[in-house]
Amino acid sequence: MSDERYSPDFINRQSFIELDARERATALLDVGTARELVGPFDRVESPWLAIQGVTPQSDDGCVVMKGKIGGQAAVVVALEGAFQGGSMGEVSGEKMTAALDLACADNEKGVPTSAVILLETGGVRLQEANLGLAAIAELMASILTLRKHAPVICLTAGTVGCFGGMALAAGLASYVVMTREARLGMNGPEVIEQENGVEEFDSSDRALIWAIHGGEQRYATGLADALVEDDTQQVAEAIRRLTLQGVPPVHRSSQVELYRNRIEALDTSAQWDPKEFRSLWVKGDSKEKTQ
Amino acid sequence: MEQFEFTYPAKRRVNKRAHIGVVGSGDLEVLLEPVAGDLAHVVIRTSVNGFNDTWKAVLDRFFTKYDGVVRIQINDAGGTPGIVQLRLEQAVEASEQ
Repeated sequence: MSDERYSPDFINRQSFIELDARERATALLDVGTARELVGPFDRVESPWLAIQGVTPQSDDGCVVMKGKIGGQAAVVVALEGAFQGGSMGEVSGEKMTAALDLACADNEKGVPTSAVILLETGGVRLQEANLGLAAIAELMASILTLRKHAPVICLTAGTVGCFGGMALAAGLASYVVMTREARLGMNGPEVIEQENGVEEFDSSDRALIWAIHGGEQRYATGLADALVEDDTQQVAEAIRRLTLQGVPPVHRSSQVELYRNRIEALDTSAQWDPKEFRSLWVKGDSKEKTQ
Repeated sequence: MEQFEFTYPAKRRVNKRAHIGVVGSGDLEVLLEPVAGDLAHVVIRTSVNGFNDTWKAVLDRFFTKYDGVVRIQINDAGGTPGIVQLRLEQAVEASEQ
């Protein structure tokens, strides 16, 4: 094996993306502290899928784990991207919301409890339509309440990414963590192409998709707070660091003026190139900070 | 979606339950748990219709070797017989660790 071609970090790492939702949630909690709530044997599954001919999953694709991160109480909620695209239904939505509300109650009782949400999701589960939409609205309200007390961290590692209403939920997070493989955006590439044509967005152009939705671009333009390798230890360390950092002084979603000004300043008469856009928002950031 | 149930004679006590797999395309979820009595009971829900005979053949073969008194629930999203066999064996392994 040629030395120049051998990358020991790449070979020795333990991939985070290759873990399923349950393994991911466990990996983020301090060793030996993870305890699953409303697990598969409780069989709290979607009542809507079977009547539409879709096989339900015993945990509705949503894993809730209570435990500790850096010695501090935390709840981790992980969506399973392989089940129905990680979509939010009535049950998975309720599990996530209830977990955050209980964390909030713990904070109010004087037990600091943070939350980590693992998002591999296309958004609302279409088979559960309005219930899925309502679930996301409730989740957003719960994030807004909890984030006053403790950090709410959204992690999207890939390869599904985070789209639709759940991208809006991620926008409310105290911190967003991504890998280069992950994508984050309101409308997915196929949806944009379908609605506005291939000239607007060629959803077969993977380089273009990742240049716009990808973790590297989201981090470079200040829409994600940490960019990590697909390495379980590195992901867990980033989550621990941000958890212990506590609630940010100003949440991104509270900076309405900043983002309104930035969007207004964009010249939309010509097509933006992702690289140009990146330099503008990064530059804009440093300029705004010195003001 | 179709649902089948199969029952096999069994005699060995199993101490631990196990959950394996995900209801993702070409894959399945297996929930295996100890029960009382002298039967193994299998409940299958599958998104692919018309494979009753294939399911029976896979399970008949599985229960020529396995004799745990358990209830097995399978939620399937189109796993091939090979995948089903592997997931069942994984569940057994996890329940006996």
